[in-house]
Amino acid sequence: MCLGVPGQILERLDDGLAKVDFTGVRRTVSVAFTPEAEPGDWVLVHVGFALATIDEDEARATLDLLGEAIAAELEPAGNKLFQEGRG
Amino acid sequence: MKYVDEYRDGRAAKAIAAELRTLVRPGSHVKLMEVCGGHTHAIYRHGLDALLPGEVELVHGPGCPVCVIPLGRVDDAICLAERPEVTLASFGDMLRVPGGRRRSLLEAKARGADVRVVYSPLDALGLAVAEPEREVVFFGVGFETTAPATALTLLRARREQVRNFSVFCNHVLIGPALRAILDSPETQIDGFVGPGHVSTVIGTRPYDFVCSEYHRPVVVAGFEPTDILQAVAMLLRQLRDGRAEVENEYGRVVRAEGNPAALAALAEVFAVRPDFEWRGLGAIPRSGLRIADAFADWDAERRFEVPGARIEDPKACRCGDVLRGLAKPYECGVFGTACTPEQPLGTCMVSSEGACAAYYAYGRHRRVA
Repeated sequence: MCLGVPGQILERLDDGLAKVDFTGVRRTVSVAFTPEAEPGDWVLVHVGFALATIDEDEARATLDLLGEAIAAELEPAGNKLFQEGRG
Repeated sequence: MKYVDEYRDGRAAKAIAAELRTLVRPGSHVKLMEVCGGHTHAIYRHGLDALLPGEVELVHGPGCPVCVIPLGRVDDAICLAERPEVTLASFGDMLRVPGGRRRSLLEAKARGADVRVVYSPLDALGLAVAEPEREVVFFGVGFETTAPATALTLLRARREQVRNFSVFCNHVLIGPALRAILDSPETQIDGFVGPGHVSTVIGTRPYDFVCSEYHRPVVVAGFEPTDILQAVAMLLRQLRDGRAEVENEYGRVVRAEGNPAALAALAEVFAVRPDFEWRGLGAIPRSGLRIADAFADWDAERRFEVPGARIEDPKACRCGDVLRGLAKPYECGVFGTACTPEQPLGTCMVSSEGACAAYYAYGRHRRVA
C-alpha cells in the first residue's frame, strides 16, 4: 500500500487530474498534491495520487554516486574501463 | 522502467556490499531497523540480506499498515460490511485479514456482504456517486502515505456534497510508533532505515527527535536494491563516526519539508486521537488519526454503530513479536504450517508488506547459517 510507482504525466485534465503513463499502462491520477507537475514530468504515484515529482538532478546525483562506488571497487584491480565507458 | 532499473545495477550493489564490510568492526553486532514493510520485501526479493556483513542484523519494523491493524478494528469493518445498506470499499490487502473470530472481510463477502476492492479512495467515492442508493464506506488504512489520498477524497466528497459516502478511519502516524520502539527496553536498535514514501509526505524533519533525544541515526531510503544498500552504508558510516543525524538517500522524491499540499490536507481533514491500539505494540499515545469534527457527516464511526471491542491476538501467532523486532518470522511456531499466505493466522502473513509474507515468499524459512 505504501508502494509507489513512477509514471510520466501525459496530459493535465480538469479537476486536479492527469493522465499518467506507467510504462504502457495509462491511468487517471490526481495531481492535486503536485500542482507544479507538467506533462513530461515523472511523478511517484500512491493509491491514485501523485505524492512527489521526481527530481531529475537528484536522481542523477544518486546514480553518479553509484557509478563512483563501482569505479572505486574496480580501481584496485587497475580496471578503469568501466569508469571511462560510463560517459 | 525509468527510475527503477538504474537502481538495480548488480555491479553497484556488489561495490557497496564490499564497502559495507569495511565499515563494521569484525565481531561486532549492529542492529538496524528498516521501518517500512516495502523495504523488508525489497531486501528479501533481491537477496540483499546475503550481501550484508554478518555483523549487521536487520530488524523489521512496524511500517506495514495492514499488519498493525488490531483484530477489533477488522471486526468493526466486518460489522459495517454486514449492514444491508452498506457497501464497504477497501484496499485489496485488507480482505484476507482475519478478525477476532478468525473471519475476514473476504468471508463476509462470501456470505453476502457487499465488499468491493478499490485501488484508490477516489474510486470508492466514484462508487458512491454511481450507486446513490448504497451507503459506501471506505476502509481507510495506512500511514501518512495513504492518509492524504483519503483526506483529498473527503474534501471532494464535501465539496460535491456526496452524502452516501463515509470513511472508517484507521490511519496511523509513523513518528509515535518509532518513539514506542525506541522506548521499549527489549528492542535496542542502533539505527533506522527511514521509510521513503511516508517521507515524501512528512519530509525528514519529523525524525529529528530520533537523533536529538535518542542519539540514533536515521537514513531515509528509496526502495531499489542500491538505495537500501547505500542507506545501510550511510548508517554504518554515521555509527563509525559517532554521529546521529537524519540523512536522505532518497533525494529524488523526498524533500526535507515533505509535501506541503498533502500536509495541509491532512491538517484540515483529520484530528489526532488521544491514543490508538496497534497490533503488537499496544495503545500508543497520539498515534492514530480520526476524522475532524468539520467532516463528522462523512465519519463512518459517527454514522454507524461499531462494536469497538478490544480483542487479544491469537496465542499461537507471534505477529506482535515480529512487529516489535523480537522474533524472526521462522521462530513463530505456526509460520508456514498453520499460517500461510493462503490461510493466514496473522496480519504479517497477509499483507504484501508483512515480514512473514516476505520470508515465506522468498524462501527464508529458517535461519541461514
